[in-house]
Amino acid sequence: MSWELTNDRPIYMQLMDYIKLGIISGQYPAGSKLPSVRELASIAAVNPNTMQKALAELESTGLIYSNRTSGRFVTDNEELIHENKKNLAKDYCNDFFIKLKSLGITQAEILELISECMNE
Amino acid sequence: MPALIECHSLTKKYGSRLALNNVNLSIERGRIVGLLGPNASGKTTLIKLINGLIQPSQGEILINGQEPGIESKLNISYLPDACFLPEWMKVRELFNYYSDFYSNFNLRKAYDMLERLNLNDSMKLKSMSKGTKEKIQLILTMSREADLYCLDEPIGGVDPASRDYILDTIIGNYNENSTILISTHLITDIEKILDEVVFINNGCMYLHKSVDDIRMEHNNSVDGFFREVFRC
Repeated sequence: MSWELTNDRPIYMQLMDYIKLGIISGQYPAGSKLPSVRELASIAAVNPNTMQKALAELESTGLIYSNRTSGRFVTDNEELIHENKKNLAKDYCNDFFIKLKSLGITQAEILELISECMNE
Repeated sequence: MPALIECHSLTKKYGSRLALNNVNLSIERGRIVGLLGPNASGKTTLIKLINGLIQPSQGEILINGQEPGIESKLNISYLPDACFLPEWMKVRELFNYYSDFYSNFNLRKAYDMLERLNLNDSMKLKSMSKGTKEKIQLILTMSREADLYCLDEPIGGVDPASRDYILDTIIGNYNENSTILISTHLITDIEKILDEVVFINNGCMYLHKSVDDIRMEHNNSVDGFFREVFRC
């Protein structure tokens, strides 16, 4: 199955998000070797040059690094991965609050709803 | 090294009708390029000029720095938009036919692709559906070790699942020394496998840009952008 891509943003940025999500969620564990550009391009059903660009950009964030002879690896810096995880979770929360506020739900009601959902 | 395709003031007239008008274009190696435009915009004319099937009225076109000829025909693998193969032939015979014609036909690659499609080499072209025929033609085209693959409407007649197979075949065969030029108006399906797009309209060059640059500048997919530009 190929990755879902939206229309409003450059493809390489969306690929970066997908790989980052894979690292955060543990699909690509810390210190492990990433599939090759060609394999990833085939999985995502995208152009290999675009995948190459996404990986090069991710390298500059420090989440992955390349070893000249043996390919690309996920960082073994668990702290950095955790930090990324926290930031992403924060983004999700912000989206969630924006949505609920647009429905006109107050902060107190939101808290009530959350505890209700967690008990279910 | 010269660019793979170089067009200078390329013009083609059919009688008094201008099919291509003063096109300047340069395409590098190692790219997957979409050739996009509304109906009758000049896509197939450009592809025929690249393949040396018709001659320019004015201007020039160079492949690897040379005019299209015997040399360039060896290095360009062309998939026309219509079926051009003898209907009575079996797949096996077609493979041999291509091996005879083209020294760079890779028989092993052809059989690998055939196997992935669960087709066998004793099937006759005549007994195949339109979609299966298109797949066989694509296998023949992509099994050649060429510098340039020209695919004229390769996904027109196939179902969505086969479309994925065809796109996967194109990505799988991609290498950094060769370029794949795909003409189509089904942009949504192929957008994510393209590096760059060439828009032509009424025979004129409209735009030549990378897919992600278009998305970045217009906050829109190439398909959406195309619909905006060429709204009827």
